[in-house]
Amino acid sequence: MRFRHLLASVALGVAALAATGAKAVEIEYWQYVFDTRVKAMNQLIAKFQEANPDIKVKQTTFPYADYQTKVAAAILAGQGPDVVQLFYGWTDNFIAGKMIRPLRAEAFPAADIERDFFPIISAMKRGNDYYGLPTAVRSLALFYNKKAFKDAGLDPNNPPKNLDELVAAAEKTTKRDASGNIVSAGLTLDMAGQDHQWWREVLVRQYGGVPYTDNDTKVAYNDEAGLKALTFYTDLQKKHKVGQVGFMDEGQAAFRAGLAAMTIDGTFRLGSFNTIKGFEWGVTELPANAQGVRSNYASYFANAITTKADGEKLAAAEKFLTYVSSPEAMKIWMDVVGELPARRAAALTPENTAHPIYGPFLKGLEYSRTTLFKDEAAQRQVAIDMANRVLIGGEDPKASLAKAAEAEQAIIDRAKR
Amino acid sequence: MATIAQREAAPGGLWSRMSLGQKQVMWAWGFLAVPLIFYAVIRFWPTFQAFYLSVTDWTITRPASFVGLENYKRLLADPLFWQVFRNTFMYLILGTPISLGISFVVAYYLDRVRFMHAFIRALYFLPFLTTAAAMAWVWRWFYQPVPIGVINDFLASFGIPQQPFLRSTTQALPAVLAPAVWAGLGFQIIIFLAGLRAIPVTYYEAARIDGLSEGAILRKITLPLLKPTLVFLVVFSSIGFLRIFDQVYNINSNDPGGPLNSTKPLVLMIYQTAFSSYEMGYAAAQTVVLFMILLVISLVQLRIMRDR
Amino acid sequence: MSKAASFEGLPMSRIRPGRILAWTLLFIGGVIMVTPLLFMLSTSLKDASQVYDLRVIPETPTLDNYIEILGDGRFTRWFVNSMIIAVIVTLSNVFFDSLVGYTLAKFRFRGRYIVFVAILSTLMIPTEMLVLPWYLMASQFGWLDSYWGIMFPGMMTAFGTFLMKQFFEGVPDDFLEAARIDGLNEFTIWWKIAMPLVTPALSALAIFTFLGNWTAFFWPLIVTTSAELYTLPVGLSSFAVEQSIQWEKIMTGASIATLPTLIIFLFLQRYIVRGVMLAGLKG
Repeated sequence: MRFRHLLASVALGVAALAATGAKAVEIEYWQYVFDTRVKAMNQLIAKFQEANPDIKVKQTTFPYADYQTKVAAAILAGQGPDVVQLFYGWTDNFIAGKMIRPLRAEAFPAADIERDFFPIISAMKRGNDYYGLPTAVRSLALFYNKKAFKDAGLDPNNPPKNLDELVAAAEKTTKRDASGNIVSAGLTLDMAGQDHQWWREVLVRQYGGVPYTDNDTKVAYNDEAGLKALTFYTDLQKKHKVGQVGFMDEGQAAFRAGLAAMTIDGTFRLGSFNTIKGFEWGVTELPANAQGVRSNYASYFANAITTKADGEKLAAAEKFLTYVSSPEAMKIWMDVVGELPARRAAALTPENTAHPIYGPFLKGLEYSRTTLFKDEAAQRQVAIDMANRVLIGGEDPKASLAKAAEAEQAIIDRAKR
Repeated sequence: MATIAQREAAPGGLWSRMSLGQKQVMWAWGFLAVPLIFYAVIRFWPTFQAFYLSVTDWTITRPASFVGLENYKRLLADPLFWQVFRNTFMYLILGTPISLGISFVVAYYLDRVRFMHAFIRALYFLPFLTTAAAMAWVWRWFYQPVPIGVINDFLASFGIPQQPFLRSTTQALPAVLAPAVWAGLGFQIIIFLAGLRAIPVTYYEAARIDGLSEGAILRKITLPLLKPTLVFLVVFSSIGFLRIFDQVYNINSNDPGGPLNSTKPLVLMIYQTAFSSYEMGYAAAQTVVLFMILLVISLVQLRIMRDR
Repeated sequence: MSKAASFEGLPMSRIRPGRILAWTLLFIGGVIMVTPLLFMLSTSLKDASQVYDLRVIPETPTLDNYIEILGDGRFTRWFVNSMIIAVIVTLSNVFFDSLVGYTLAKFRFRGRYIVFVAILSTLMIPTEMLVLPWYLMASQFGWLDSYWGIMFPGMMTAFGTFLMKQFFEGVPDDFLEAARIDGLNEFTIWWKIAMPLVTPALSALAIFTFLGNWTAFFWPLIVTTSAELYTLPVGLSSFAVEQSIQWEKIMTGASIATLPTLIIFLFLQRYIVRGVMLAGLKG
């Protein structure tokens, strides 16, 4: 009898194992490598799997460079992710390559999305369909080193409010050696970082222009406003000598090392700057122009469901996407990565808006713009080259601006075909 | 091999009726079977495919369709291509003579040195064993402006103004080339040393009996007898410099090939066209051009060196 | 080195300073050659606050960077990947290149010359041209992001085949004939008789193949996707970008990628130098 009992329980155990084995759906999630993002996602996955023991999520990470090609090649080879993170500016490419599928309206009603998320979510909409949802959104702000401000005789609680004050503060905080080499910059100049966004969506507008027209398909900055914006930017190095392209290799590295008093960067940098030990730093809104006009650039990475997911994987992917776009997930993401929640209600809590660091970013979000990139990397390269022609090549800003406008228009036109 | 062994074991079969010569032929093809399949599938077929892809508009996400010589026309009309073409040749024209010149001088004198010979040789050889991708980061750090750049700090301590290096359109290319030359020297020195050793001592003895000076011996005996070594090294290192990639990609990862494309070699352009803009067909056309350049350069070099 | 005899006819006083000068210059040059490596090592032993102090010997050396970087497991993984790949590809080359080289050197059969020329002609085809078709092939067969995907293009090389053919031509036919008369089959003759006669060449081939695959960057960069499959150079490159320019961390990573080959060299210097010389002379 005993033996039979044993046998029965073993059989039962095997059956139970087989059942859970069959029921556990494994889906794959892909995003690029960025320490805090990976950590945050690991936490989200752990929480999600706890609530959904029948679903397993495998996270794959790889470098930001060539992200799109790798995803495309993998999906075409039938290997890739079920849920993938993509920059909003790549959506057209991903749709054209049949890599991502529209979200089912039953699972993700458009009315709810539009009610709950910040309006920049519209960059994920094609026709009536949404193609992905972000966990977090990012905006820009001015980071400043309070110690450097104090040392230069500036009030560390009164950072620059407009562009003139920015230049003045940068001039006071710049340090040079006997030969005139910058040893500590007032403001970092790094077009390869976030400066190209600052120039495009903020400076150009502050000087009275617009960067693009016709739904961002016509380059419009090759005018008086664009020229003034570019001259302002390049004069920081050429005339005011408060910064230098390539100083400390990257702008964020200079700020991190305490060798730059100010830098313009995004929310995603908070996680990294939070580990700075040598000095105290603060955040303020991007400077306004003389007339008080402000602008900002907002962007986000969205999570989308790929064409590879179907059947029970699709259902699991939808559950996972719902979870990573939930207020709870957004809170975790903000705490770990520093990016702002993509849902208005989760972002605009009194606690957040009064927060000394999140506050300025959230304010920026209210008046921010989102460039509809066709090829984000190539368009960024145009801005890098535009500044380099003036700063390294000694070219006239006007000529450099015209070349940039022409090159960027060609990129946009090529992508449209 | 198993099939052959089986055939051999089968008594009275085809195998035993073969002559020794026929068996030899069977063995030979048996040995070559797997390698020939490999070369056909992994080398020859892809070569033809590269030519084919170069006349299509294949992208990762779109199937290829024939576009004729469109990619080549676009390439020839692209100012970036001509800049890249010029850069690629600059790597070759600067890199080959400089590295061969230095390595010959070092090898020539090192050959006569006995005191700590192996140790000094090891010093020169070590960089050859390094990983280019890793060393590019070390050099990138060397080239930084003050206060972190090693070279600029060194210059500044002598009151020499700091140099922009990687942030200059004129200095960047030599700055990127330096680690490539540096890493290749050890190999070339060893090969030169081997070439020098291979020259029979009797030649030198005869020359000295004739009263030739050291300079004359170098010109009339050493260099001419080193020609095979020299041909090998010229062709080998030229191909290396024409294909430079690892250093360029890593030394300026925010703006690869920059500033203003002044350091971009052809292989980097191919990589970016294929894997950043995913225009695979266009990239394939660029690889065909690279192939042509390598072919022409090697043939010209072999011809010139043979004639001389 | 009997060339030293050349100085015999000249007065010592004129020669000595010249030789000492040459030695000194060579030595200084050698030290300059290893300077980048010294700086890399010394910076890897500094903490973030000392990085800008450019002393070669760190004031308070620390292994913290190594502990931190090796602690997160990725570098160990990349190291193992690189090792597995380099070893397998090296074994494959030593086996197949010498088998083909031997066949082309020692067998007489119709088509031999064509096979030789065909294999040799692949030397003219740059890897870069094959990369796109390989990529296509790898994605169609599901080889992307796998060991086999990284390894398959290099399993045999024309250079190795040519090198081995040169060396096997120097093996006297009498040896092989004697073995045949003893009734050994051709495979055994190659493996047991011919191969031991060309060990220096085999070690040269092995050294070159190993080094080439250990430092390879272009193809592994293209074919790998997930960080678990990176080789050391690709891993280091991605790690360096991700570190947001923290030089002490980057230098530690670079040291980890570089030191193994340097240490191997210190032990095998004689063989490696000889191998390079052999390959250069016959290649």
